[in-house]
Amino acid sequence: MKGGDALMTESLNVNVDRREGLAVVYTEGYINNQGGEEIARVAYKLIDEGYKVLLLNLGGTKIVNSIGISILIEIIEKMIEIGGKLGFCSLTPTIEKTFHIMGLAQYAPIFPDEPAAVSQLQP
Amino acid sequence: MRKVTLALPMVPEMEIEASKTAMAIAESMRMSPDRIDEVRMAVVEACINALEHSHASAKEVFVTFEVLGGQDPETLRITVRDTGVGFSPGEIEEPSIQEKLKSARKRGWGLKIIRGLMDDVEIRSGSEGTTVVMSKMR
Repeated sequence: MKGGDALMTESLNVNVDRREGLAVVYTEGYINNQGGEEIARVAYKLIDEGYKVLLLNLGGTKIVNSIGISILIEIIEKMIEIGGKLGFCSLTPTIEKTFHIMGLAQYAPIFPDEPAAVSQLQP
Repeated sequence: MRKVTLALPMVPEMEIEASKTAMAIAESMRMSPDRIDEVRMAVVEACINALEHSHASAKEVFVTFEVLGGQDPETLRITVRDTGVGFSPGEIEEPSIQEKLKSARKRGWGLKIIRGLMDDVEIRSGSEGTTVVMSKMR
């Protein structure tokens, strides 16, 4: 994985693939408060490195909770603030439905898979 | 009718244990995988609400699963009960993403998610605690 690094909390693995103009963040496991904070830590590091386009590939996450999602909302807020873009891909139907219930898709587009997301998000 | 009750300690990730039981019971009813996932997520949210907001001295959450409908069960009813301080459900403002993006407090989505994922939701709350009763058809 080019430019990748792996991090681990008690219940979530986070990996990053840095690409030209875009970074893909892969999650594996439960996105709760700790998991959300780990994703935020990685996202803010990528922003500090200059990335303005982030894709969260949640293909390895089968369950989330609202505390974890509220931390994702903080990342969305940060991306809006810097004029960047954040997208999600490879969500389970229930996570996608939950994001729609909450209205996240209005501010962070949801794509069915990574190729579709990259083609739309990459500058 | 089949009925199972869990008494869960209020410790981090106890909601996952409740969601595993929900999954096992929903699978036994032959509920579809997507609907099972929705039930699991709603159970997680109801347990987290109890864990975070009840301020209960008992430090336990009671989760009851009931399979309704005889030989061909049609509904899974889940009751999540705490013995905490309670709240007024009518006074809870429905969260919106527009407001949350501007606000320092991003949390407070649990009930909205539960209502969006389950077929029927009833909340009773008072000085003796809070009970969330939620149902999902098979």
